[in-house]
Amino acid sequence: MRDVAVVGFAQRQLQDYDGSPQCAEMLVPLFADCYEQTGWTKKDIGFWCSGSSDYLAGRSFSFVSAIDAIGVLPPVNESHVEMDAAWALYEAWLKIQTGEVDTALVFGFGKASAGVLRRTLALQLDPYTMTPLWPDTVSIAALQARLGLDAGLWDEAAMAEVVNRSLTDAEKNEFAVRSGGSSVEELLKRPMFADPLRKHDAAPVTDGAAAIVLAAGDRAREVRDRPAWITGLSHFTDGLHLGTRDLTRSASAGRAGAAAGASAGGLTDVEVAELHAPFSHQELILRAELGLGTDARINPSGGALGGNPMFTGGGIRIGEAARRIWDGSADKTLGHATSGPALQQNLVCVMSSEGASN
Amino acid sequence: MSRTLSAPVTVAFDYTRSVGPVLGRFLTGLRDATFVGARTSDGRVVVPPPEFDPVSHRPTTDFVDLPDTGTVSSWTWVSEPVAGQPFDRPFAFALVTLDGADAPILHAVDVSAPDQITTGMRVRARWAAERTGLITDVVFEPADAAGTAAGTDAEPGAAAASSADPVSGIVTPVSLDYTYAASPEESAFFRGLAQGRIVGQRCPSCQKVYVPPRPACPTDGVPTVEEVELSDTGTVTTFCIVNVPFMGQKIKPPYVSAYILLDGADIALQHLILDIPVDEVRMGLRVKAAWKPREEWGTTIENISHFAPTGDPDADYDTYKHHL
Repeated sequence: MRDVAVVGFAQRQLQDYDGSPQCAEMLVPLFADCYEQTGWTKKDIGFWCSGSSDYLAGRSFSFVSAIDAIGVLPPVNESHVEMDAAWALYEAWLKIQTGEVDTALVFGFGKASAGVLRRTLALQLDPYTMTPLWPDTVSIAALQARLGLDAGLWDEAAMAEVVNRSLTDAEKNEFAVRSGGSSVEELLKRPMFADPLRKHDAAPVTDGAAAIVLAAGDRAREVRDRPAWITGLSHFTDGLHLGTRDLTRSASAGRAGAAAGASAGGLTDVEVAELHAPFSHQELILRAELGLGTDARINPSGGALGGNPMFTGGGIRIGEAARRIWDGSADKTLGHATSGPALQQNLVCVMSSEGASN
Repeated sequence: MSRTLSAPVTVAFDYTRSVGPVLGRFLTGLRDATFVGARTSDGRVVVPPPEFDPVSHRPTTDFVDLPDTGTVSSWTWVSEPVAGQPFDRPFAFALVTLDGADAPILHAVDVSAPDQITTGMRVRARWAAERTGLITDVVFEPADAAGTAAGTDAEPGAAAASSADPVSGIVTPVSLDYTYAASPEESAFFRGLAQGRIVGQRCPSCQKVYVPPRPACPTDGVPTVEEVELSDTGTVTTFCIVNVPFMGQKIKPPYVSAYILLDGADIALQHLILDIPVDEVRMGLRVKAAWKPREEWGTTIENISHFAPTGDPDADYDTYKHHL
């Protein structure tokens, strides 16, 4: 295995971005930010990989238009996944492992406000027995939340604690589109939206984009004193049908965490974990599945409840976790991304200040 | 005035799918007012039946007819329904475990307030009068509402439809509404057209002029910032004769769709060439925009009805060979 690190990260999160769904104008300054952080130009990038979905934009091949933001003369080595940018990062990491390239720039973008997000996402479901009912994402998460409440695995106060901590932390995040904690008592007084979920239990609809730079070995060391070395990276998926899996758990998150932790010396000593939990109770499920230590700091950025740009919300978790290594505030961090209904697909990226061969 | 122009867009299409032996059996059951589940290798009865066993990965073959009564395993209140959902008024989505099944099915329950549904509540199916073999042929209602609800109650396993052919395919209509917003650069182009102007933008790096302008120069990856007003006269660089009729076509074939390099631009614009027999259109033909009457103008490229020959001599190949 080659030592590969996260060495650059830039993001924008907006609530109602009025530019075009192709997002090229939003990506241009993000790439410029990445060049400034690394001292590189586009000629130094060996591979480009993006995550987005045309269903979000209502426009075909929007990822092709977004390539304009790169400037592709001479032509670039490029790929795309119809997934969160975290999965584009996985592909880029793999590309670097092949030895074909040493560096990669990964990006994700999405204009969730162009349509009705909770409805658009019904298209990720089984098209025979689920999509025709148009079950919206908030309803599906609410069914999951109630199963845990009824089983006594968590209570409404625990969910409100997640919200309160996230929105309090989001106050320090300049990119958060929702922030401002209050108290568990006050949060529990607010009305139900999708019983048992209140509006603050669900991530806000967020437009945005993010870019992450990966580099191998000495290319990483030329950029950062403390590169965020990826010591474990894994993803798993659960079945599509909600009825055939235990929704109070996320078996795929557990397996991804175990696999990523196996190569990283476990997850019990992770100091900072950025968990992609678009619904408050999902953070509780993820914490349990990943087996994080009780002193792990969860989502100091405020997490997805402060802003969740589709197709890059998970990538941002990896970027935020990497920043904690760069600035010396942690030696071992974890970034997690989810996709699909009710935590169906999960990716775990463990990062460390020490590379395996350091 | 907002920074960008926007307009509503609806993207709609029908997914037409074949359903195979397992889902076909389930959907045929729905048409016949029966729930068909399957026994999986771990001994569970699951509905809808999975096409392949989640443990052994073998095709599912052990089907089980289930009653149309069950218990709510989980529920949520849909306070603001979205288009396409089973009800256009508030209702409940629920996981319903049918009697005899070990895994729940996701569906809608017809109750009028959240205090009318609880975990553990008994429900029963209410079948549509006209059933075609879709998941929308049925909704659930509280079991004690049976006989009093307004909907049609069909007898489970009604013999009437059982002689019909099995369901082998379904159509899933998809219709999504968006607000499409043009980029600031595209917005400047469309606002120019509303004034009878064709506006391009120049890349500060390679100096190329793009029309319509784009948020970034695809060669250099930098915003195209300098606005350039272009002539409405140009040269045909390439073209095709459209002979094929298609839905939504506005002109009877044959007609010509062409790339037109406007004087002063580096990228050709696509438009129609009319007022000339199709077999006389050629590369190098000089053309000019035929504008609609001013009172019909909006923020659209359709302000230009088409391009027509100027009558001038053809352009020299060397003048456009770098723009093909």
